[in-house]
Amino acid sequence: MQPIISIRNVSKTYKGGFTALKSVDLEINRGEIFALLGPNGAGKTTLISIICGIVNPSGGEIIADGHNILTEQRLARKKIGLVPQELHTDAFERVIDTVRFSRGLFGFPRDEAKIEEILRKLSLWEKRNEKIMALSGGMKRRVMIAKALAHEPKILFLDEPSAGVDVELRRDMWEMVRALRESGVTIILTTHYIEEAEEMADRVGVISKGELVLVDEKNSLMKKLGKKQLTLDLQTPLAAIPAGLGDYALELADEGRKLIYSFDTQADDTGIAMLLRRLNEQGVDFKDLNTEQSSLEDIFVSLVSARP
Amino acid sequence: MLTTSLYFIVFGSAMGGRMMEVGGVSYGAFIVPGLVMLSILTESVSNASFGIYMPRWAGTIYELLSAPVSAIEAVAGYVGAAATKSLVIGLVTLATARLFVDYEIQHPLWALAFLVLTCVSFCLLGFLIGVLADSFERLQIVPVMVIMPLTFLGGTFYSLSMLPEFWQKVILFNPIVYLISGFRWSFYGVADVDVGISIAAIIGFLVVCFLAVWWIFKTGYRLKN
Ligand SMILES: Nc1ncnc2c1ncn2[C@@H]1O[C@H](COP(=O)(O)OP(=O)(O)O)[C@@H](O)[C@H]1O
Ligand SMILES: [Mg+2]
Repeated sequence: MQPIISIRNVSKTYKGGFTALKSVDLEINRGEIFALLGPNGAGKTTLISIICGIVNPSGGEIIADGHNILTEQRLARKKIGLVPQELHTDAFERVIDTVRFSRGLFGFPRDEAKIEEILRKLSLWEKRNEKIMALSGGMKRRVMIAKALAHEPKILFLDEPSAGVDVELRRDMWEMVRALRESGVTIILTTHYIEEAEEMADRVGVISKGELVLVDEKNSLMKKLGKKQLTLDLQTPLAAIPAGLGDYALELADEGRKLIYSFDTQADDTGIAMLLRRLNEQGVDFKDLNTEQSSLEDIFVSLVSARP
Repeated sequence: MLTTSLYFIVFGSAMGGRMMEVGGVSYGAFIVPGLVMLSILTESVSNASFGIYMPRWAGTIYELLSAPVSAIEAVAGYVGAAATKSLVIGLVTLATARLFVDYEIQHPLWALAFLVLTCVSFCLLGFLIGVLADSFERLQIVPVMVIMPLTFLGGTFYSLSMLPEFWQKVILFNPIVYLISGFRWSFYGVADVDVGISIAAIIGFLVVCFLAVWWIFKTGYRLKN
C-alpha cells in the first residue's frame, strides 16, 4: 500500500545555523498511529512544522496523500490537521466561533451539525459560548483539537498531546485518537513520554539530535529489542563470571551479588534450564530469581545514549 | 469621531473665523479632506499592523500558515479587513465633519477612489510593519513617529502656497502631500500638486507595498522561522 506521507531526505538548518534535522527519511502508513519519540530538542516539532507548512524545509521532499506539500500546497494542506505543542488561542474569541473559523479557513462549507458533534466529543459543547481566555489550560487544548478536527483532516498531527495535560484529558484524548483511527484518520503524534507511545502507537520512530535513529512496529520493536533478563541474587558475591559459563550472556552487578542473564524471548530454547543446571554444577547458589522484560523506555534510553 | 470633532472645534471654529479663505474655500471646509486623510492613514497603519502582529505574537498564526490558503488570499484577507475598517472610519469622519462645516464634493467618484487607494496602500504598509515589528513598541513607532508628523506637515491644515518658497520645495518629498492634495482636489477642484501626479504617486506606493507583502507571504519571511 502506498504510504500516506513520504518524507525524503528532509533537512532543516535554522537561520542561526543550527541544524535541527539531518536528512530524514520516513514513510507513514495509511490509517496507522505513528509515534515520533525523542527527547526535548530532538527535532520533532521541526519535522511536524515542515510537513504542515509552518517552517520551510532546507532540503528534501514531502508527499502527503499524493500531493507535494510545496508545489501542491492547497491540496496537501486541506488533508492535514495540526494540534501544535504550545497553546496558541485567540483569547477574545468564543469557542464555537474559533472552531467555525477553522473549518472555513480550510475551505469547508458551514456545517453546524459537524461542529456540534466535534464540540460534544471533546466535552466543549457546554462551553461553546465562552471566551477562550476564560478556559483552563486543558480546555484550551481541547479547543485546539476541535479546531484541527473542524476540517475533517485525513492526517492528524498531535505535537506533544500530553504535555501539561491532566490524567482525565489524557485518557479522553487517547480514546479519541483511537476512535479517529477507527474512522480512517492517520495519526502522527510526538511525545517524549514512552508510555504514550507504548500505549497508543502502531509504529514508533525514535528521533535524536535531528536524526531518525530507528523506525519499527511497536510490537516487533519490543520483541526484537525487548529482551528479557533473568536476575539471580547470589548467596555469595562473585568476583568474576565462572570460567565454565563463558558461553552465556552473563553480567555481574551490584558488586558481584547479582548475576544477570539476558535472553531472547523469541528463541526456541531460552537456555534458562541449562544455565541453572550449570550454575549448580559450578556450585553457585542463589537466594532468589526474577525475570523482567525491558520496556520501550529502556530501549529508548539505550538507543539515545549510544549516540555521541 | 471625537478627535475629528475636537479638531473642528479647535481649528475650524477658533481659527476659521479669523483666517481668510484658502483658494476660495472656507478654512473649515479646506481642512476636511486633510482631517479625513489623517484619520484613515493612522487607522490603516495601526489596524493593519496590529492585525498581523497579534497572531504572530500570540502564536495563532500557525493556523493561517498551515491552511490551504495562497499568499494572495491571505494578504487580501488581512489587508481587505483592515482597509474596510479604515474606509468606514473615513466615511464616518466625513459625515461628522458635515455637522460642523458645509462642504461640497465636486468629484465624488475620485474622492472615493482616493479614499480606497489610500486605505488599501496604507493597510499594506501597516501589514509590513506588523510583520517586521518584534515588539509592541516598535509597532507604534511608524504610526506615531512617521505617519502623524508627515500628515500634519503634509498640508492637512494649510495650503502649500502659504509656505515660504524654500519649504514648498522641501515638502514635495513628503509623500502624504500628494495624497492630501489629490483628495482635496476631488472636493474643491483646487490642488497643490497636479492630480495626475497624486494618482501616480499613490498607485506607485500601493504597488510597492503590495509586492513587498506578497513576497513576505511567498517566502514566509518573518512568518515562518
Ligand atoms: N526558530 C528556531 N530557530 C532556531 N533554532 C530552533 C528554532 N526552533 C527550534 N530550534 C532548535 O531546533 C531544535 C529542535 O527543536 P524542536 O523541533 O522544537 O524539538 P522537539 O520538538 O523535538 O523538542 C532545538 O535544539 C531547538 O532549540
Ligand atoms: Mg516539540
